[in-house]
Amino acid sequence: MKRIRIDEKYCMGCRLCEVHCIVQHSKTKNILKTYMEEYPKPATRILVEEKGYVTFALQCRHCEDAPCLDACMTGAMYRDKKTGAVLCNEDKCVGCWMCIMTCPFGVISRSPDKKSIASKCDLCMGEDVPVCVKNCPNEALKYEDSKD
Amino acid sequence: MKTLKTEYLITGNSSAGVACIEGIREIDKAGNITVVSDENIFNYSRPLISYLLGNRVKKKNMFFRSRNFYDENKVNLVLDNKAKKLDVKRKIVYFANSQSIKFDKLLIATGGSPIIPEIKGSQLNGVFTFTTFNDAVAIKDYIKKHTVKHAVVIGGGLIGLKAVEALVELGIKISIIELADRILSTTFDTKASGIIQNALKKTGCNIFTKNTVVEILSEDKENKAKLVTLKTREKIQADLVITAIGVRPNIQLVNNTSIVTHRGILVDETMQTNVKDIYAAGDVCEADTLLDEDKKNIPIWPNAFKQGRIAGENMAGGNAVYTGSVAMNSVELCGIPTISIGKTSLEQDKYEILEMRKKEESVYKKIVLENNHIVGCIFVGNIERAGIYTGLIMNKIDISSIKDRLLENDFGVLALPEKYRKHLVGDVGLEV
Repeated sequence: MKRIRIDEKYCMGCRLCEVHCIVQHSKTKNILKTYMEEYPKPATRILVEEKGYVTFALQCRHCEDAPCLDACMTGAMYRDKKTGAVLCNEDKCVGCWMCIMTCPFGVISRSPDKKSIASKCDLCMGEDVPVCVKNCPNEALKYEDSKD
Repeated sequence: MKTLKTEYLITGNSSAGVACIEGIREIDKAGNITVVSDENIFNYSRPLISYLLGNRVKKKNMFFRSRNFYDENKVNLVLDNKAKKLDVKRKIVYFANSQSIKFDKLLIATGGSPIIPEIKGSQLNGVFTFTTFNDAVAIKDYIKKHTVKHAVVIGGGLIGLKAVEALVELGIKISIIELADRILSTTFDTKASGIIQNALKKTGCNIFTKNTVVEILSEDKENKAKLVTLKTREKIQADLVITAIGVRPNIQLVNNTSIVTHRGILVDETMQTNVKDIYAAGDVCEADTLLDEDKKNIPIWPNAFKQGRIAGENMAGGNAVYTGSVAMNSVELCGIPTISIGKTSLEQDKYEILEMRKKEESVYKKIVLENNHIVGCIFVGNIERAGIYTGLIMNKIDISSIKDRLLENDFGVLALPEKYRKHLVGDVGLEV
């Protein structure tokens, strides 16, 4: 499947990926409207971690053996047969947070709105290239075929 | 009646049973699979019953696999039929409707049943257990038909409190009666229990600890529950009583067979019992654990799923290994998310405790260490990234190099020991 490859060497910690991720998952997909009018703003589904000189951006790894899939008691978490991506069906998710409990990368979070559902990277379904990759100014994120 | 034949027979159609189907089909696309359930619903998620009761999930969203799941996987699904007797030598299961099925491989995934407390009056109308879809529907119907203003929940464990949460949403006033000195005593420590206990009291719940119900009383001819008498002689109004004092594995099927049981059915690391070709998984079994030498019954959804999946693969000739698990639970109560993993309430000297508490926000984090390995965690109020700690437990990572960072707010993948980080991200396209 196609995965987002993260290259820590090139990450500058500018957090543009987070901004674009938030906008992509907003109601309007417009940066001004998202930041000025949407409350609460959607959560970023990519997290920039930073310590000293080291930074990198991390989002769902769409694991081959995904613990969140085993743990999901509603069947909301599923693997997209076409792309191999691990996705959350927001109509079925009830916010039991079993996925948060089992994800070893800590990349699933509670949605900030009242819906109480799990929020995670969906590889920007429908886009050719996820927006975090498209907008990374230093190619620290790449979207490429992986071996599996 | 003629004995039917099937290559794979699965008794039980919840987490472990369904995962077993998927495990078998991973390897064997054609073999004949028969699944028999003693319930009359094609598929549903048991942990969702509190959401059903609280009107947060509709009946049609109770399933965790789609309508056509069984067709797509070529499964012969038999509902509303209970496995009664197992002939280990002839490999035949006899069912309640007199049907018998001969199998090549069997998975016993019969789950657990609620323990009914021996209380005078527990046969009255309005007294329920709370573990199945039908329990939730029966409680809903009862509330609809009768005036239920006050409910008593016997047992302050997870099932009891999930019932409480649902009843609170229905506007019912609740009293919780707990035998131990605090609620959630098996999953939480005193501080975490205290936070939830206070939050429940704020929503108007009465909590009686170190107490029991000795009698349930009726005051009408219809034998409807009306009052309970506590051990301390107090009488409490109880238009509805839910008993949730625990669940025991349904091992009746293997009684009087050569299959070895303890509390549950004992299985090896392939999920096979001591009898070849007979497997067990989920709440009915006792399997290897990660933190203890002996096998344990850890009746939680993710374990059942993993075990069922492994059993399925092995039944179909695979060689999957169950490496053991720990108890872990994620529950949101009174709007406070909580997660507890592994050993959480230990006082002995051999454990080192790291703690962080922000009283005003009901936030509490605790990490239990043994020889520089995490063996337990509690997260209350803030559960973000809890799975990273689960990963450290499951992979038995030495955390001595990062001990002082474990409770930091920005603790994340970057803080993990380099070797583990590389192992974690190695196959999934991360160069860090």
